[in-house]
Amino acid sequence: MEITSHWRIKKQRYALVGEVCPHCSAKIFPPRDICPECGDEAKDHYQFSGRGEVYSYTTLYNAPAGYEEQAPYTVAMVQLEEGPLVTAQLTDIDVKEPEVGMPVEMVTRKLGSEGDRGILIYGYKFRPVLETA
Amino acid sequence: MMVNKNHKTNNDVFIIGVGMTPVGEHWDRSLRELALEAMTAAREETGAMRPEAMFVANMLAPALSRQSHLGALLADFSGMRGIEAVAVGAAGASGGMALRQAYLALASGMVNTALVVGVEKITERVTAEVEAALITSSDADYESIHGLTQTVLAAMLMRRYGFEFNVPEHAFAGFSITAHANGAQNPNAMFRRPIKLETYQRAAILSDPINMFDAAPVADGAAAIFLARGDILPSNLPFPPVRIDASAAAVSAVAVHDRPNPLSLAAAEKAARVALERAAINLDQIDFFEVHDRYSIFAALSLEAAGFAAPGEGWKLAESGAIALNGQIPICTFGGSKARGDTGGATGVYQAAEAALQLQVRAGDIQVVDAKIGLIQSLGGIGSTAATHILSTVETL
Repeated sequence: MEITSHWRIKKQRYALVGEVCPHCSAKIFPPRDICPECGDEAKDHYQFSGRGEVYSYTTLYNAPAGYEEQAPYTVAMVQLEEGPLVTAQLTDIDVKEPEVGMPVEMVTRKLGSEGDRGILIYGYKFRPVLETA
Repeated sequence: MMVNKNHKTNNDVFIIGVGMTPVGEHWDRSLRELALEAMTAAREETGAMRPEAMFVANMLAPALSRQSHLGALLADFSGMRGIEAVAVGAAGASGGMALRQAYLALASGMVNTALVVGVEKITERVTAEVEAALITSSDADYESIHGLTQTVLAAMLMRRYGFEFNVPEHAFAGFSITAHANGAQNPNAMFRRPIKLETYQRAAILSDPINMFDAAPVADGAAAIFLARGDILPSNLPFPPVRIDASAAAVSAVAVHDRPNPLSLAAAEKAARVALERAAINLDQIDFFEVHDRYSIFAALSLEAAGFAAPGEGWKLAESGAIALNGQIPICTFGGSKARGDTGGATGVYQAAEAALQLQVRAGDIQVVDAKIGLIQSLGGIGSTAATHILSTVETL
C-alpha cells in the first residue's frame, strides 16, 4: 500500500499543479522546487491549462506487473502549451489515430489500482481535443 | 608536463584479469553461483590474487531475488571474508559506475587491488515482474505510474528521432545486424546466429517503431575484472595488462520528459568528453567503441553523444558499415547487449571485460585488428547515468 505517496502528489495528478519560477518565469512540471532553467528556488504554484500536443507516442503490449489488464494501451510524451513535457497515457483515441503534433487535452482517469481490494489511483491522461461543431 | 603515455606509472590502474559466464537463462544457477564463476575466472588470471576490495555491480537483486547487501554476500560466498566489499547501484550503468568506484579507490592509493564483479539474475521472475523491476530506474511518480516500460520510453525516443530527422524506414537495421554478426563469434553470447536484413524487416513490433531486433534481451550473467595499481603489478601475468587511461561519469535527469532535449544523451556526451580530455586523445584515435545498445536507438544516440556522428546521423554509421569490425569505428564487438544479451547492472562489466580481451588480442574471430585504444560507455535508465572509460594497451610495458 502506498496511500501516502499517491496522496502527496494529488494536486499534480488531479490538476496538473506545477510551479513557476519567480526569477525567470519558467513554467515547471512536475514541481521540483529548484528551477531547471536558472537554478534558483522556485516554489510558486502554477496550474497548467492541460492543453498541449503529442511530442511522441507508442503502444504498449507487454505491460509491467499491475497493468496487464489495461494492455494494450498507448502512452505519450505531451508538450504542454506552457512548455514542459509530461508523460501519460492517451485515451479516447479509438476515433482518432495519434500522431506527432496532435493537439490533446488533459482528462482525469483511473491510472490503476493496488489489487482487487486496494485503493484506486486516479490521475491525468490526455485525449485528442474534440472538434466543436 | 608531457606525459609519456607509453610508460606505466605507479598510479596507473590496470586490468589484469577478466572472467565472464555465458549470458542466458541459467535456471540451474543462483545469483551467487554465477558471480562466483566470473570472480574465480578473473582471479585465476592473476594467479588467484585476493583483492583488497570488491565492488559489486547489480541492479535488480533486491526486486527479483529479494537479496540486497551483495558486497558482503559475495565476499563471503567466495571465501574472502575480511576484505571490504560494497554494491554499487546506478541501474543499467551499475557496471560502469562500479568500475569507476574501483578506479577511484586504486588511483587514490588507498587500495592496491580490487575486484569488480557485475551480476544479474533476471529469469527468477515472469516478464511482467521483470518489466516492473526494470522501470524502477525511471521516475516512479511521473513515469512508471502511467504503466510505462523501458521499451516504450525508448520507442517514443525512436519515433521522435525519426520524425525530427526524417529517418527512412529500417534505418536502424544495421545496429542489430552488426551486433548479431559479432555475437555469432562470441562463445558467451546468448544469440549466436547472424541475422539478415529481411529478418529485421519482418520482425514483430514490440512497441512501434521498436521491433524485436531493436531491443536487447535481458538475461542472467556475471562478469568480473581484476584491477591492480601499477606499483604492485605481478611480473608473471599470462596476459598483457590493460591500462585504464581515463574514467569519467555524469548524470542527467532521470525522467526523459525533464530533459531540455530528450534526443540528446547529455550525460553520455559529458562523460565521453571528459574521458577524452583525461586520456588526452582524439576520437580518431579510438579503435573500437563498446556501446550500451540496450535499444538500437541508444546505439545511435551514444555514437552522436560521443561525437562520432552529428545529431540525427548516428544511424548512418550503421547503414554504411562503419560500425562493423573492419569499419571506421567498430561497436559492440562481442555482440553488445543485442546479441550477447543485456545483463542489467552487470552489462558495464561485460563491456570492460570484452574491451580488455580486444586489447589483449584474445578476441578470436571477432578481433579488431591493431586495437590499441577502446572506449566503453555504460548507460543507466534512459541514459540518465553514463560511465565512460578508455582502455589501452601499453606497448613498452
